[in-house]
Amino acid sequence: MRELRALLARDIGLMWQKRSDAAQPMLFALMVCVMFPLAMGSEPARLAQSASAVIWVAHLLAGMLVLDNLYRSDFEDGSLEQLLLAPVPLPMVIASKVAVHWLTTALPLLVLTPLLAQLLFLPMNLLPVLMLSLLIGSLLMSLIGAVVAALTLGIRRSGLLLALMALPMYVPVLVFGAGSVWSAGQGLPWLGAIYLMCAGLVFLIVLAPWAAASALRLALS
Amino acid sequence: MSAAIAALIQADALCFSRNAERIFGPLDFQLEAGEALMVKGDNGSGKTTLLRVLAGLLPPESGEIRLGGKPFSRDTFVQLAAYLGHRHGHKAELTVLQNLRFTASLHGAVSESHLETLIGECGLAGFEDTPAGKLSAGQNKRLSLARLQARPSALWLMDEPYANLDLTGIDWVNRLVQHHIAAGGGALISTHGAYAAPAVPVRVLEISRSAAHA
Repeated sequence: MRELRALLARDIGLMWQKRSDAAQPMLFALMVCVMFPLAMGSEPARLAQSASAVIWVAHLLAGMLVLDNLYRSDFEDGSLEQLLLAPVPLPMVIASKVAVHWLTTALPLLVLTPLLAQLLFLPMNLLPVLMLSLLIGSLLMSLIGAVVAALTLGIRRSGLLLALMALPMYVPVLVFGAGSVWSAGQGLPWLGAIYLMCAGLVFLIVLAPWAAASALRLALS
Repeated sequence: MSAAIAALIQADALCFSRNAERIFGPLDFQLEAGEALMVKGDNGSGKTTLLRVLAGLLPPESGEIRLGGKPFSRDTFVQLAAYLGHRHGHKAELTVLQNLRFTASLHGAVSESHLETLIGECGLAGFEDTPAGKLSAGQNKRLSLARLQARPSALWLMDEPYANLDLTGIDWVNRLVQHHIAAGGGALISTHGAYAAPAVPVRVLEISRSAAHA
C-alpha cells in the first residue's frame, strides 16, 4: 500500500510540474465549443439540439490528445523498466497511473463541462444526465486508452496508430453516452444506457489493468 | 546438488535470438555471493540484451536462469536483485532527493538520514533540490547508482555502470562494488572492457555476437 501511495504521489507531483500539458485537453474542448457556434450559426435552438453531441465528441478527442503521455515519458527515461521490477504488481502500477491520468486530464474537463454546456445553450435539465454520462464515459475511455497506449508503446511515433486503434473502441462509449443524453432530451428513459456503461466500467476495471500489463511487458521486450 | 550455498544467479545454456538471428548463447555461467562477474564485449555484442534477459525483461529463447537456486520468477528477482539499466530510470522533472526518496519508498522503508548519506557519498551534495534533468550525464549516472543503494538487494545487475563517469567516479563505482561484495552481495557488471576492474574476486564472461566464451 505504501508503495502505491508513493507512486500516486510521484505521478501527481509530476503532473503538477507539467500542468500546462494537463491543461491541453481543457483548452482543446473549450476551443471546439467556441468554434462550433461560429461555424453552425448562433441560433440558440439549433445549438441546443447538438450541444450534448458536440460536448461528448470534444471530450473524446481531447482525451485522445493526451493518451500517448500515459506511459511515454516513463518508457523513454527507463522508469517503466524499474517499475516493472518493483515489488508492486504491474496491474496495480497501471491502475494507479490510469487513476492519476483520469484525475489530471478528465476531471478538470468535467469541471469545465457546465461552462461548455452554457456556451452551447444546453437545456439545464439535461446537464445532470450529460455530467453523469461523461463521468462514466471518461473512466471507460481512460481504461480502454490504457490498454491501447500500452499496445502502441513500442512504436516510436504511434500517434496515428493509437488513434486508429482507440477510436473504434471509443465508439460504443460515445453511442451509449451521447445516446443517454439524447434520450433524456426526448423525454425517453435514459438510465438503461447508463447502466450498460456501468456494466462495461466494472468489466474494464477488472480486466483493463491486466491486459495493459501484458501489453506493456511485450512493448518492453 | 551438493553445493552448500546456491549461486546467486546461474544460467544454463541460455540463448537469445531476435528475428531468427542469434544474439548470444548458449551461455553457461554462475555468480556466487562475494564475487563479481564482468560481462565483456564490444559495442553491439549483446551485453545489454543479456542483462535484460537476466532481469526478466526479455524472455530467453531457450535455457534456464536460476536465482538463489530457485527457478527464475519475477518475485524472486524483485526480492533478490536490482537492475541498473543503461537508461537512468529516474524522472528529469523530480529533484535528486525526490527521486531517491521515491525509489526507497517503492522498495520499503525510507530513512531520510540514509538518503542524505547516499547523496553525499555519490558526490551530489548540494544538488539535493536540483531537478535531475539539470544534472550532467555523469551526475545522472551517479544518481542512478545512488538509487541502486537506496534499497537492499543482494545481486546488482549493472549495465555499463562506468559510462559517462570521470576517473574519480569510476574509482567510486569500484569501491561501491567492493563494499557490496564484501557485505556478501554479488554484482554482474557489463562493460566494454576499457576500465579498471574492482579489486574483488572477478570472473569474466566474454561475449561476442552469436558466440560466447566463459
